[in-house]
Amino acid sequence: MKIRRKSKEQALEELTIESGENAIANKEVEGLTQWQIIRRRFFKHKAAVASLIFLTFIIVFVFSAVDANFGPIKTKGWWKWSPDDLPDLRFGDCPNDTIGCPTISIVPKFLGGAGIGLGEHPFGQDDIGRDYFSLVMKGTQRSIQVMFIIGFFAAIIGTVVGAVAGYYRGIVDNVLMRFTDFIITIPAVIVGSVIGAKFGNLGAIILAVYLGLFAWTGLSRLVRGEFLTLREREFVDAARVAGASTRRIIFKHILPNAVGVIIVSVTLLLSGAILLETALSYLGFGVVPPDVSLGLLINQYQDAFTTRPFLFWYPGFFIVSIALSINFIGDGLRDAFDPRQKRKITKKEKQNARAIARNQA
Amino acid sequence: MSEPILKVKDFSVDFWVDGLWYPAAIKMNFELHPGKVLAIVGESGSGKSTTALGLMDLLASNARRSGQVLIKDVDMINVKSSTLRKFRGKEVAYIFQEPMTALNPVYTIGFQIVETLRNHFDMGPKQARSRAIELITMVEIPSPEQSFDKYPHQLSGGQRQRAMIAQALACDPGLLVADEPTTALDVTIQAEILDLMRSLKDRLNSAILLITHDMGVVADMADEILVMKDGLTVEHGSSDQIFNRPKHPYTTELLAAVPKLGSSRKRVLKVARDAEPVLKMRDVTIVYPKRGRIPAFTAVKDFSLDIFPGEIVGLVGESGSGKTTVGKAAIGLLPIKSGSLEIVGKDISKASQKELFTIRRHTGIVFQDPASSLNPRLPIGESIGEPIFLAKLAQGDELNKKVEDLLEQVELPRSYRNRFPHELSGGQRQRVGIARALALTPDLLIADEPTSALDVSVQARFLDLLLDLQDKLKFACLFISHDLAVVDILAHRIAVMQNGLLVEEGERDQILNSAKDPYTQRLIAAVPVPDPAEQRKRREARLAGKR
Repeated sequence: MKIRRKSKEQALEELTIESGENAIANKEVEGLTQWQIIRRRFFKHKAAVASLIFLTFIIVFVFSAVDANFGPIKTKGWWKWSPDDLPDLRFGDCPNDTIGCPTISIVPKFLGGAGIGLGEHPFGQDDIGRDYFSLVMKGTQRSIQVMFIIGFFAAIIGTVVGAVAGYYRGIVDNVLMRFTDFIITIPAVIVGSVIGAKFGNLGAIILAVYLGLFAWTGLSRLVRGEFLTLREREFVDAARVAGASTRRIIFKHILPNAVGVIIVSVTLLLSGAILLETALSYLGFGVVPPDVSLGLLINQYQDAFTTRPFLFWYPGFFIVSIALSINFIGDGLRDAFDPRQKRKITKKEKQNARAIARNQA
Repeated sequence: MSEPILKVKDFSVDFWVDGLWYPAAIKMNFELHPGKVLAIVGESGSGKSTTALGLMDLLASNARRSGQVLIKDVDMINVKSSTLRKFRGKEVAYIFQEPMTALNPVYTIGFQIVETLRNHFDMGPKQARSRAIELITMVEIPSPEQSFDKYPHQLSGGQRQRAMIAQALACDPGLLVADEPTTALDVTIQAEILDLMRSLKDRLNSAILLITHDMGVVADMADEILVMKDGLTVEHGSSDQIFNRPKHPYTTELLAAVPKLGSSRKRVLKVARDAEPVLKMRDVTIVYPKRGRIPAFTAVKDFSLDIFPGEIVGLVGESGSGKTTVGKAAIGLLPIKSGSLEIVGKDISKASQKELFTIRRHTGIVFQDPASSLNPRLPIGESIGEPIFLAKLAQGDELNKKVEDLLEQVELPRSYRNRFPHELSGGQRQRVGIARALALTPDLLIADEPTSALDVSVQARFLDLLLDLQDKLKFACLFISHDLAVVDILAHRIAVMQNGLLVEEGERDQILNSAKDPYTQRLIAAVPVPDPAEQRKRREARLAGKR
């Protein structure tokens, strides 16, 4: 009898090694919470991690370079010029007799260049001599602010509309989705220019809020689809039986499961938002002077295209690099949230494994 | 004896996960002769499907195969992918578990059969069509000419499986690999499909590699059996030897875990039926309302059933018979159209949202699919504690204590409170499901096919646990299942449903021994028995009945 009786610990141990259908596939995620799994998958995506570091660097750099306002908090920039300063316009020392050329140099001396250094006006000067570096920094600040505000409002509206439509279905769904369709049919540029013409002079922030009110449509459709499938899952029934209210079911049970879709599409929405802002500002419907934004800079200096192309390069570089790194981050997040994504085994890993196997044998 | 068509020597499959190789099948050795059936048996995760898919390199890209697989003396391990493609479908054909996902929903079944034919043979479209119709006739799908142009969703589950068999047989393959071919089907249809596979095998003299966890199916089909556990071959022998003289203790254990009809331990069946019934259903009709172009559908009609305190009632029926609908209505998840439904004396059909809230405190439900019944983003402790929390019975540390007690009650470690559902196996998740259902010590527990997703050995333990808990807590239970053998172990009374109607209802022994309704009789006769001799007898009886 003594032998047959297993101690409780032993019995429990047996339970934990109970082999399941995906026992091997689950080895990778053993003992980790969902967020840990997602984080691990994300950090395996090299392009996404590099983009994340790059974007963080740009944001910190841009917001510390010149004076910035975060609501009531004002910070001082470390760069010697501000967009309002009017230094002397440089003549003579530029190629092709242009004025205010950039002084930044990245070619080292031993390769025949001027050596690595920023110089007086790294990005050059504009027509009246303002420091273009500080203008680009200010413009990037504005564009990033506008981007996040659009993203924030679009995320909230899109999630709520999609969640309500997907959860309640029926007539509520029909009304909300037809409304969404209606918003979608209006081209973004037209919406933007109308809003820009009407509210552009109220400042970039107000403009961003209004643009956010029109940017949520794609997200709401995705969230609705996700809710439609999730609400049929049995844990929703289980919660209802447990006595959970509708609000609790939506926010506590379904929404956390849809958060993957939301995060991924909001990220991609952000890169769309920065492009929308620059496009509108370029057309003259977005941010209006004396404020600056990346699109506005390109607009203001488009006449200089042939003679002083650097007035294009620098804002362009920031637009492209921000949009690109956000897209990569979104890509990495999508992979991380999608459990069906299996990483491919590289040749090197296979060789390593073989070496390990040989050593063991 | 003829030359074996399939020779497997020291065949291993490993999976690359997170920097290490994990073995899924280790040193498999077996041979298969034409006209014979080899069954690979084992629990989920034992590596049986991996072995079957590995034969033709159908595994995920992180798999590695080693050893030797000879099909018609051609090695399938170190082989060009073009040769492999020629062998797939032509020499080796697969039948998968779920015909709805294995058939492409946007093409007609005829198109899919023709595609297989024309991939392997130099055949004109007309010729291929007539051959396809011939195949459809062979697998006994009614009106083959019309069925040729039908899409998978227009066929019933059994017919879909037949269509898949027709596709598999298109090129007269020497080897047919059937991976759980009947698991998704009802017992009566399962018997028909097995009959079909057997007669086709005899006619075409092909070999069948049968992958299954169902001992009844194995007893019905197999000549030889290979038992697998954790990637290793545990035992390999003839069907007769494995069933009657198993050598390995694991095989014995596996056989003992299979529930057998009529052999359950005779529990005390006395239940006082003089008290007020916990669940009282009178002429309940449940209709799924019209949605878009889909017309309203009456899922359950004039259904009456009483469940008394401390009683387990088994509700049996095939898929689509409306048994889950009854379960959901009994707990107020679905509205009833007419009739009355009372839980502990309160009419649920007329209850307001608030009253429903209090009525639900007396009920609990265990769902079918352990993977979908727990919120993947919540630790299981929170899932279990939710009913208590929402009923405002406990909070904070007191709640945690209660949750841990519940976990202990279902024989899970107390520390599991903070684990997430994906860290648990299917059986453990189902225990969590019970713990949640019992959180408010309900008077009525609804168990909706709680064991259909579990392995037999896990199922046996789960049923033991449920019986122990019921003995202790004395709740009434509506146990919904398609498996008569399982219901036989648990239930005091059995109710049988067909097409939304209650066909028969009575004491357990009366139903199992002397069922009056022909449908019940058919259902009992179709339950596979894990005994080859018994299966043969029944098969012959069935065939005689057909003629």
